[in-house]
Amino acid sequence: MALKKEGIAQRIAQDLQTGWYVNLGIGIPTLVANYVPQGISVEFQSENGILGMGPFPFDGDEDADMINAGKQTVTLLPGASLFDSSMSFAMIRGQHVQLTVLGGMEVSDSGDIANWKIPGAMVKGMGGAMDLVASAKNIIVAMMHTNKGGESKLLPACTLPLTGVKCVSRVVSNLAVLDVTPDGFKLIERAPGVSVEEIQQATAGRLVVEGEIPEMVL
Amino acid sequence: MDKVVADADQAIEGIESGMTLMIGGFGLCGIPENTIAALAKTNTRDFTCISNNAGVGDFGLGLLLKDKRIKKMIASYVGENDEFERQMLSDELDVDLIPQGSLAERCRAGGAGIPAFFTPAGYGTEVAEGKEVRVFSGKPHILEHALSADFALVKAWKGDRAGNLIFKGSARNFNPVMAMAGTITVAEVEELVDNGELDPNAVHTPGIFVQRIFQGTEFIKPIEQRTVRSRS
Repeated sequence: MALKKEGIAQRIAQDLQTGWYVNLGIGIPTLVANYVPQGISVEFQSENGILGMGPFPFDGDEDADMINAGKQTVTLLPGASLFDSSMSFAMIRGQHVQLTVLGGMEVSDSGDIANWKIPGAMVKGMGGAMDLVASAKNIIVAMMHTNKGGESKLLPACTLPLTGVKCVSRVVSNLAVLDVTPDGFKLIERAPGVSVEEIQQATAGRLVVEGEIPEMVL
Repeated sequence: MDKVVADADQAIEGIESGMTLMIGGFGLCGIPENTIAALAKTNTRDFTCISNNAGVGDFGLGLLLKDKRIKKMIASYVGENDEFERQMLSDELDVDLIPQGSLAERCRAGGAGIPAFFTPAGYGTEVAEGKEVRVFSGKPHILEHALSADFALVKAWKGDRAGNLIFKGSARNFNPVMAMAGTITVAEVEELVDNGELDPNAVHTPGIFVQRIFQGTEFIKPIEQRTVRSRS
């Protein structure tokens, strides 16, 4: 069965490694913080100026001066620090952040990503996404495999305006884990109960399937 | 040094139609709400506004936007303001959307005497159109120019009469870099104190970057996304 958003976040959380600084984008990526595995210690960076971001505050403790990049009220954990936007992006551009997780509208099989604009219909802006994808070494895109019309979001080439070129390292969708390789999307894992054929049908870009493909263990 | 002015109305004296303004804040967090409200009461218009976001319908820059007093907006994310999106899609508003880190650094550069810099952000996208590209260490970068403003409008938690500022929580965001880049920087603070009462070790923005400071009143500080967990 295809994963729900929480399942995608849970699978991405399995990739976290102790000592990493991690930037989570808006939407599914934000949920990753809820599934950090036991024994793994990471610090979350929010590009509006927080390192060591904690969970949502208890009801009544929310503070208008303490929000994340999605404008949600958050808390700080012991060891947290605060800084301005220029220093925040120095951390990002300077490759001091080990993992970036962000949402996507389209990803190409060469690792291009589009996630900020639909010409003539939707313009929200790129926020920090272009800085993040241009500099981070390890970029995971969390998204549904197909759009609401059932069309693949994993394409030979993006059709929407790009956020970054040749930058995505991994896609975790509701159907699969796929790594971006010189040969296209390489199928790494299947969502529980999802067949290789279903993934092939839902993937418009080049797809490499080698040997037995294991199921995710959530 | 004493840079204190009586109120927001005095603080915005000299702001004229057609000027370029920087407005600090991220979303509605850390925005100079008193200063914007005072500006909204005047008849000035045709501003170029540089701000990460564009407020919401009836708060922050939304107050200027709904009366079409902003001619051009330079921002990175405007998803919270439907009126902005409508004006943009119908070409009533000139918009330059730029990556958030480039926006912050362009402001910092403007205040730091650096005319331009190369960044990898936006390479290969429409942000790079018309911009010089150079390869450093095998990686392409685009040339981004510094930004400056006739007035920078910022908000801090505490400030002293000399204009030294301390910010709180995530309300710091763009305020320090914009404070550096304004020809006249106006700071509104939640708590104005006498010189000597702020610990110099704790000052985030040195007073040299601030020309006018005033005690703000009746801060509303709206929360855009109130997210909490239950105590049980």
